[in-house]
Amino acid sequence: MSGLTAVKQRPGGGFRELRQRFADLRGRHQSLTSIVGLAIVAAVLPLVVLLPPLNGFGIQKDWVGSFANAGVFVLLAIGLNVVVGLAGLLDLGYAAFFAIGAYTFAYGASGFTGVHIPFWLMLPVGAVVAALFGLALGAPTLRLRGDYLAIVTLGFGEIVPVVFLNADTYTKGTNGITGLDQPNLYGAFGIHGFGFTNPWPYYFTVIIIIAIAFVLLHRLQDSRLGRAWVAIREDELAAASMGINTVTTKLLAFAIGASTSGLAGVFSASKLAIVSPDQFGFTVSFTALAMVVLGGMGSTWSVAAGAFIVYELQSQGLKQLDTFVRGLHIAPFALGPLSINLNTFEFLNFQYLLYGLALVLMMLFRPEGLFPSRTRKRELHAADELDPDEDPEETGLGEAPGAGQILNEDGTAARGMGEGR
Amino acid sequence: MTAETAPLVLKAERVTKRFGGLVAVNNVDFTIPSRSIVSLIGPNGAGKTTFFNIIAGLYDPSAGAIEFRGRSMIARSRRTFLEPVLWVVPALIVGLVGYVIGAIATGDATEGAAAGIVPGSIVLTVMMLSAIVRPAAYLRFLGRFGVFRSSRPNDMVVAGLGRTFQNIRLFHNMTALDNVLVGMHSRMKASPLDAILSTPRDRREEEESQKRASELMALVGLRGRENEVSKNLPYGDQRRLEIARALASAPTLLLLDEPTAGMNPQETAQLTRLIGRLRSDLGLTILLIEHDMKVVMGISDRVTVLDHGEKIAEGTPDEVRRDPKVIEAYLGAPSA
Repeated sequence: MSGLTAVKQRPGGGFRELRQRFADLRGRHQSLTSIVGLAIVAAVLPLVVLLPPLNGFGIQKDWVGSFANAGVFVLLAIGLNVVVGLAGLLDLGYAAFFAIGAYTFAYGASGFTGVHIPFWLMLPVGAVVAALFGLALGAPTLRLRGDYLAIVTLGFGEIVPVVFLNADTYTKGTNGITGLDQPNLYGAFGIHGFGFTNPWPYYFTVIIIIAIAFVLLHRLQDSRLGRAWVAIREDELAAASMGINTVTTKLLAFAIGASTSGLAGVFSASKLAIVSPDQFGFTVSFTALAMVVLGGMGSTWSVAAGAFIVYELQSQGLKQLDTFVRGLHIAPFALGPLSINLNTFEFLNFQYLLYGLALVLMMLFRPEGLFPSRTRKRELHAADELDPDEDPEETGLGEAPGAGQILNEDGTAARGMGEGR
Repeated sequence: MTAETAPLVLKAERVTKRFGGLVAVNNVDFTIPSRSIVSLIGPNGAGKTTFFNIIAGLYDPSAGAIEFRGRSMIARSRRTFLEPVLWVVPALIVGLVGYVIGAIATGDATEGAAAGIVPGSIVLTVMMLSAIVRPAAYLRFLGRFGVFRSSRPNDMVVAGLGRTFQNIRLFHNMTALDNVLVGMHSRMKASPLDAILSTPRDRREEEESQKRASELMALVGLRGRENEVSKNLPYGDQRRLEIARALASAPTLLLLDEPTAGMNPQETAQLTRLIGRLRSDLGLTILLIEHDMKVVMGISDRVTVLDHGEKIAEGTPDEVRRDPKVIEAYLGAPSA
């Protein structure tokens, strides 16, 4: 067996060895890798948009602004990834925690309440409040499994915005709470309030928040708790039989996922300077879930990349598609009963149709996501990966559990007793 | 692990389990002496696995009592009554003490009431939250009153029970080593906060656990297979990995559900030797469900035979094998 394994590893050559070494390095210094990786990304992104064709789509400042917005969704996606990708709990109401984070900031730092706690302090506060709501939702519902849990979270996701909408004495209802405080550096780097015109401070702030979330989530993922999450996703009963308290473990997944969402809420609220219930509808939950699935569940990096790409495609790509198609000056034409005028067609309106299409195609052709983690790939492409000589299906042993067991139960047992006499 | 003075690891009295109208286990008395290998055999559908699952905490018995390492496992129905009592009593005590101290200190009974109600309700809230989250300290507190929940398999693991499954239930997409590390979960102490801060305690524990997990894998004969994904392991190795995973929680009592099912004769012989070693080297007590009579007769100190949910025979392998009732159960009544 060991000989075979050795042979198996050789044909990769130098490249594979290099990759292995890099993977080892990454494994040993996870936190450093996250920080350095994100720093590189943060430095490269604003430069890339200066190159054609991206520079034709918009000026650098607009791009950086959209990156900062994308950061919100990256945070949402990596938090949701803990719940869905690691612990395997389908959460359809994730936007609720985003809303709770945002409203926490609104109460803690606006003229509405007259309290002005600094943004930097509100970040952990928002995360903790969202986590507490995660616990509150999780405690009664996490005994449910699969579809039932999805329905309950869906309900919660609807309840929260509706409460914010209708409790208008406390939330100003549809109008939302306006005039939220800006993040303030009190003169460091020459910056006081972040304002609305300069996207750069927001961009760097969100990168730092994401980096911190990355480090913490990676550490959790590699810990006893992370293993327990994956074990529960794989087989809840076996996990319980190995001493894992499934309720506590799932609760923690919920709370930690929610806290990341709370961070996103605080950041987003301070950037927009307004919170209103319509920002937190089901579409946000759905978008975050789509980002997790498209990126590749289970790996923080994949999910972050998925979120970034989806957000940029939707905010910049679709807009550009409109401009591009209009530039072609295609005459209006009829497609069956539909008359189509591509010159007034807005692709952005078909955003969710395109999501749907992308998801269907992904599920058919690449169910593990765009950038799958190794584990996930293993799960979904088991057959392609196995060596023929290691394949339990083909050695016959793999089929033995079913067939062999029956044989054993009847055959061996009876024979054994016969021998005894 | 505390030294057990009682010679019995497990004592089951008149255990019955009904599923609707079906009586899967009927009035079974069963004991497992410390450091013994006890086998449970019987034809298909005799109730072996059901009995096993009752012991492992997966099912509550419909009737009867089970004592594990001197502590009684209490069924969910009775427990839902008992547990709130254990929340209320400390809250009342704290409340009363607070009231008395407050009343004496202020010389005013109404002022004293506040001094009682506030700490009392805090204690009650903490207890109720603990009942949801179930931290180890809370379980120890319950244990002090001889209570832990049979319907929670994880509580049984904490109490010292390890198990394998009839149909392999490894975490198939995790590596072999990670499977064993999951088994260690209940013996590790690092909190999520330790992990986030990557404290020295956390790192040390991770390192030690990985070393221990590798040792356990070597013990069951899987040295060097740590990084293989468990579903890619050959069938026999998966069975052995399940045993390593069960051993990881440092159990006192190991439950093996048909460990040799689907194995070839060499693998079976190997595994039989391993089971013997688990007792002699690690001092484990083992309960075995097994159909391969060679295994059962070879290593068991005592064999219990179930048929249709009832115990029909019990004794040394030799006694059981000669028992006419057992022969009848397996081969049918002799035709005239």
